Amino acid sequence: MISAATLASANRREDLRRSWYKFSRNRLSIVGLFTVLLVTLLAIFAPVVAPYPQHASAFVDFANASRSPSGTYPFGTDVVGRDIMSRVFYGFRFSLSMGVVVLCLVVPPGVMLGLVAGYYQGTWLDTVIMRTTDIFLAVPPLVLALAICSVLTPNLFNAMLAVSLMWWPWYCRLVYGLASTLRHEFFVVSAELIGASKLHILFREILPNCISPIFTKMSLDMGWVILIGSSLSFVGLGVQPPRPGLGTMVADGYRYLPDQWWIAVFPALAIVLVVLGFNLLGDGLRDMLGAEEV
Amino acid sequence: MTFATFLGRRAVHSIFVLLGLSILIFIIARIMPGDPARMAVGARAPQWVVDNLREQMHLTEPLYVQYYYWLRDALRGDFGISLVTRRPVADDIKEFFPATLELALLAGLINGAGGIILGAISAWQKDTWVDNVLRVISYLGVVTPSFVFAVLFLLLFGMALNWMPTMGRISPEIARPTALTGLLTVDSLLAGNIPAFFDALWHLILPAVALSLGGMSQEARITRSTMADNLNKDYVAAERSLGIPGSVIMRSFLLKPSLIPTVSILGLDFAATLGNAFLVELVFNWPGISRYGMNAMLRKDLNAISAVILILGVVFIITNIGVDIIVARLDPRIQLGAGRSE
Amino acid sequence: MENDLLLDIKDLRVNFDVFGGTLKVLDGVQFTVSSGEKVGLVGETGCGKTTTMKAVLRVLPMPPARITGGGILFKGRDILTMNSRELGRVRGEGMAMVFQDPTAALNPVFTVGQQMDAAVKYSAAGDKRLSGKEIRQRAVAALKEVALPDPERLLKNYPFQLSGGMRQRVCIAMAVAGDRELIIADEPGTSLDVSIQDQILRLLRGLTDKLNTSIILITHTLGVVRELADRVYVMYAGNMVEVAPTHELFSHPLHPYTVGLMAAVPKLTGGGIADGIPGRIPDYLNPPVGCRFHPRCERAMEQCRVEKPQFVEVSGDHQVACFLYSQEEEGAQSA
Repeated sequence: MISAATLASANRREDLRRSWYKFSRNRLSIVGLFTVLLVTLLAIFAPVVAPYPQHASAFVDFANASRSPSGTYPFGTDVVGRDIMSRVFYGFRFSLSMGVVVLCLVVPPGVMLGLVAGYYQGTWLDTVIMRTTDIFLAVPPLVLALAICSVLTPNLFNAMLAVSLMWWPWYCRLVYGLASTLRHEFFVVSAELIGASKLHILFREILPNCISPIFTKMSLDMGWVILIGSSLSFVGLGVQPPRPGLGTMVADGYRYLPDQWWIAVFPALAIVLVVLGFNLLGDGLRDMLGAEEV
Repeated sequence: MTFATFLGRRAVHSIFVLLGLSILIFIIARIMPGDPARMAVGARAPQWVVDNLREQMHLTEPLYVQYYYWLRDALRGDFGISLVTRRPVADDIKEFFPATLELALLAGLINGAGGIILGAISAWQKDTWVDNVLRVISYLGVVTPSFVFAVLFLLLFGMALNWMPTMGRISPEIARPTALTGLLTVDSLLAGNIPAFFDALWHLILPAVALSLGGMSQEARITRSTMADNLNKDYVAAERSLGIPGSVIMRSFLLKPSLIPTVSILGLDFAATLGNAFLVELVFNWPGISRYGMNAMLRKDLNAISAVILILGVVFIITNIGVDIIVARLDPRIQLGAGRSE
Repeated sequence: MENDLLLDIKDLRVNFDVFGGTLKVLDGVQFTVSSGEKVGLVGETGCGKTTTMKAVLRVLPMPPARITGGGILFKGRDILTMNSRELGRVRGEGMAMVFQDPTAALNPVFTVGQQMDAAVKYSAAGDKRLSGKEIRQRAVAALKEVALPDPERLLKNYPFQLSGGMRQRVCIAMAVAGDRELIIADEPGTSLDVSIQDQILRLLRGLTDKLNTSIILITHTLGVVRELADRVYVMYAGNMVEVAPTHELFSHPLHPYTVGLMAAVPKLTGGGIADGIPGRIPDYLNPPVGCRFHPRCERAMEQCRVEKPQFVEVSGDHQVACFLYSQEEEGAQSA
């Protein structure tokens, strides 16, 4: 006699296996997962893993300045003698934290506004919310972020704020599209008929059905946010020197091209690696969760 | 809903959005700590000059009044004086805008044409080595920041190989054509000045390609995936079963429906292009409105910042309407107002 | 009896690679169609009817699908080994398929006229190059054949502007537009209103009679083949289990599955609810060894669980793949 619980957990294992199968169909998704894990570990354990953790901030050692990549300094050193590799590891911290913070700031309000607007589609609530997103989306994204950054003091936190302000409309739109279709589904209508509270309908009926697309978008967005963050740092409006933001390092280093190429190239490669990893991971998640359009 | 109604609605919607955008810009500009009047005249000017200016700039009045004056002036083309260049922002914009427009148009063209062609080739040669190589390249194109491309290109083609010039829009020894549109390439063609045309184009290529790689890769990916999806659709199987050759199907019957998502994305891609122009123009020192705006942002030149964002917003909205029109032409269901299909 | 066989499918095997393994869908399918013949193909959903026909036209999605054995001869030449040019000729001039869902089978962003033109152009018999006007004329003629009103105006319409029945007729028109020898109709009219379906079926019968084309009619409804087909195949789980001329099949169904199918049709006379066939279609991942029907068969024998029955001829043109009858034949022979 198989108990219901055993059957349920057996089903869950089967579901997990099936999900893993779908995810791992594309080898690239595994590569993405691996890359993201690697970067995360490097970021978290930077003080331990980096060969010269003290180089991650203000530090000078002119004797070892501008050394090309070697055994002691695998990525070389910059013009004041700091080890590039250690700084890149620390740089991952800024990148990842930017991604995480921005998504934390953006997803809850964006999703909630989208739920409300979608459910109350056709009412003034819908119009107000969606027109507001239209306004924010009327400006090319990077431009808005740059503008907001420029009126505030340039630092990482304000950069996060700026990116958040221009990112939330996407989640609002995504959930709006989902919610406005879902509200016609039978399970929502029957919940309404029973007299379930609006909160229940929004959060226990509609929202769970939006989780997959939201999740897929979040994983892809990590990459994009990091990309934009590095662009902001590049122009001087994000992570400020001497802190080792990846974009900041490229900005520091690019005037020394092509001779001391390593100063700019390694941070640039690091950026590409992180964004690539999250992109591949996001694609894999999309295959796994079967979300159609993000 | 007829086409005219469709256009009309979009126009009204756009005006509304622009209005909202202007309010947003105004709010952003006013968040700035500091006294705009003081900043305008400098630290050494006597206080009474500053006070007079504050009156003149309506800074003593409530915010909504300030907004009214600002909007009224903006609609008349008066965006105030730039802190950096010390002359009317409107003049600055007139000078720098065409350069960016030219750059963005060329980049947009490469985006669209290049992306669709590469995506179609990829889909046609699906799962062969051509497809795989193209997929890897377009993936890398999407994940690499445009400033990395800009730096790379500058380095490689500009400095190392010295193929292309790295500064300015046209070589100093070539005579500039009379400015009709402000677009050097177009003006040269109109004036029949072929050497100038090629010279201007040569200057354009490097920044334009650097700018377009991200968007082009995105377009290629979407074209490929849409075509690959549509390949499994029944109507393709039906067309094949009727004996229509694969090449014909690829070129028209599969391409047209697959273009719809791609073209829809073109609008967003253009927005990204306009944004990335800030980075690329900075690296190439291209005398466009984005570099002007970037400098304005770094120097906190409020008038210039507001004007640049507003202009870009207008450009973007117009582009979106254009894209919507093209999509409507591609998809007859939109144009002819399909109701719910059975 | 050397009939000129238009289509001869021998021992066709098709697998699909999916999550969890390989679906062995078609397991040695035999099928023949002669010139001018109307053949019905009956079987429940999921038995492999559409897969077989898509294999004939080579429009199966080849990444998951794999043809692992057998041959498909069209007028004596093997379709599976043709190069794309020959294949294009065969598809254009020899056969056409009318798909099940007319809405999905028509390209949404092209007009009916544009699609009809393509259908006509690539079906031109031999290498006759038709002029634009001739193509148009043939398209209009085809639309008239399927009883569509005002064909000239219809050509300018898009599929979404037509009703379901009209779309189905357009699909049929595209198939008959080119004097093709074989038309494969996959559950025509199933997605439509019953009365419209009836019209469509009558249309098909009239057309094939008139043009003397062969037709393969795929359906899961027995009544349809009774009206339209000369000969009927019964298919179950990737195998043909019985084939006979129509009246013979209906009067003397032999295979237990066929018997069950007939019994499952509710009759106006007699009482009670019709009997179903107990059990379900097999899992293609691990299909039953031996006869694929044996788990559901009341008359299953030891041999059925072990060996796969082949077609044996019971009486002229009536063949069954069942050990119940091969034993009798053996018995008859030894007697």
